[in-house]
Amino acid sequence: MTSKLSVENLHINFGQKEVLKNINVSFAEHQVTALIGPSGCGKSTLLRSLNRMHDLSPDAKIMGKLRIDGTDIYGKDIPPTKIRQRIGMVFQKANPFAKSVYDNITYGLKINNLPHTKDVVEKALREAFLWEEVKNDLKMPATRLSGGQQQRLCIARTVALRPEVILMDEPCSALDPISTLKIEELITDLKDRYTIVIVTHNMQQAQRVADKTIFMYLGEVKEEGSTQQLFNNPKHELTANYISGHFG
Amino acid sequence: MQLRKNVTSVIEWGTLLLSTSLVCFFLLVILYEICSKGSAVISWEFVSSLPKEGMTRGGILTPIVGTVLLTLLTALFAIPFGVCCAIYLQEYAKSSWLTRLIRASIRNLSGVPSIIYGLFGLALFVQGLQFGTSLLAAGLTLGLLSLPYIITTTEEALLRIPNSMREAALAVGATKFETIKDIVLPSSMSGILTGVVLTLSRAAGETAPILFTGAAFYINQTSLSVNQEFMALPYHLYMLSTQHQSIDEVRPIAYGTALVLIVVVFFLNLTAFIIRYKYRQHDK
Repeated sequence: MTSKLSVENLHINFGQKEVLKNINVSFAEHQVTALIGPSGCGKSTLLRSLNRMHDLSPDAKIMGKLRIDGTDIYGKDIPPTKIRQRIGMVFQKANPFAKSVYDNITYGLKINNLPHTKDVVEKALREAFLWEEVKNDLKMPATRLSGGQQQRLCIARTVALRPEVILMDEPCSALDPISTLKIEELITDLKDRYTIVIVTHNMQQAQRVADKTIFMYLGEVKEEGSTQQLFNNPKHELTANYISGHFG
Repeated sequence: MQLRKNVTSVIEWGTLLLSTSLVCFFLLVILYEICSKGSAVISWEFVSSLPKEGMTRGGILTPIVGTVLLTLLTALFAIPFGVCCAIYLQEYAKSSWLTRLIRASIRNLSGVPSIIYGLFGLALFVQGLQFGTSLLAAGLTLGLLSLPYIITTTEEALLRIPNSMREAALAVGATKFETIKDIVLPSSMSGILTGVVLTLSRAAGETAPILFTGAAFYINQTSLSVNQEFMALPYHLYMLSTQHQSIDEVRPIAYGTALVLIVVVFFLNLTAFIIRYKYRQHDK
């Protein structure tokens, strides 16, 4: 199993507060890795450090080595826009642009000088299981889609750029069970082509979609392993307590 | 006990109603005064002909053209600088004591009396930069007056755009500038435009800043040149109602001018209202 992303000795501080302490993990290619843990354990912080989303927060201090295929993610020789093109992101709350469905897909392609033909748009929408629902109305404002459709549009917009990795930050937390199910099917379908890292609060979801699960607690990785092992046979007492719902 | 409560509630309610009615009453009286006395002189000729015979006859074309040109010049100067300044402060500048100081100064500047801007314009543009009393000097002075308002309203419009929109653009590989240009600005455009139009409508009605920077008492020809003096509606009104030698004779023209000025400002405000309304419709 080749590792696509690797994190070595990662420490992140926000001002005086130490949010991540010495994280060492790796994410395998074409696998879904779930990050679980109670609120405030740093799983979203870890996820967002992988595509330099903390660049927006001036008080974030990031130490350690993060690599994609051996390339330093925070290296000077690669611009952050290129990193984000290779490592796409889907957010907790669907955030389509205030543009049409069609333009939501083409925007990222245009600014990166990639071809943005109708075929490319169709392929991206098909890949996100959204094409059949919007094919007759591509000029419609994206904000008129339902919440679940908006989230799938955000996924389509991400896959249109042909990234290598897709980061998902609790992508289903604002969705109803049926939309959630669709997104989970989609994730399973996408992992043949992309490496996926997903933050989730939902234990069942982690078990349904993830090959590997990482349990975090108070800014540290407490346990990691195959999803089956971690949920059926946790080594750490904290993990056992968390997955059985004693806290979190 | 219950009675006392009822009485108190009637008094409270009555006070509020009375204040509202009083305010509306005075507003209506002002509007009625101006409309009834001004409408008598309003005609196509009044707004399309030059003032004649020491402003006792003729129309108000010169001040109308002057005010329009002045407002355009103000817009040309204040909008680009104001919007760019707001974008820098809101999107780029880090939160430090310096930016907080700058922001506080800008807020304070919007409270400075407009006559101070007039004096400043006189010192800087008319004398310092040798523009003389001219349309250019007055336009720049009004531009300075408008800047704090445009910066503040633009900053507020940018602040209303949730960070998730910025993150969405960054996540598809946009640079910071592309994010602002393609995502943040289009979404906040209606808020920015509303602020701009309201500010310009305020600037169009200002008298003090143009008093010694370029407004002229009486010119009986329209000129489009920026380095000459000009007539403006609010200043024309001030002249007609207090400075003219035969005040009684020109009073109807003064009311007509007041009505035209109010209509101009009303239409500018209406534009702002329509922009806001369209934006709300779009949001749904």
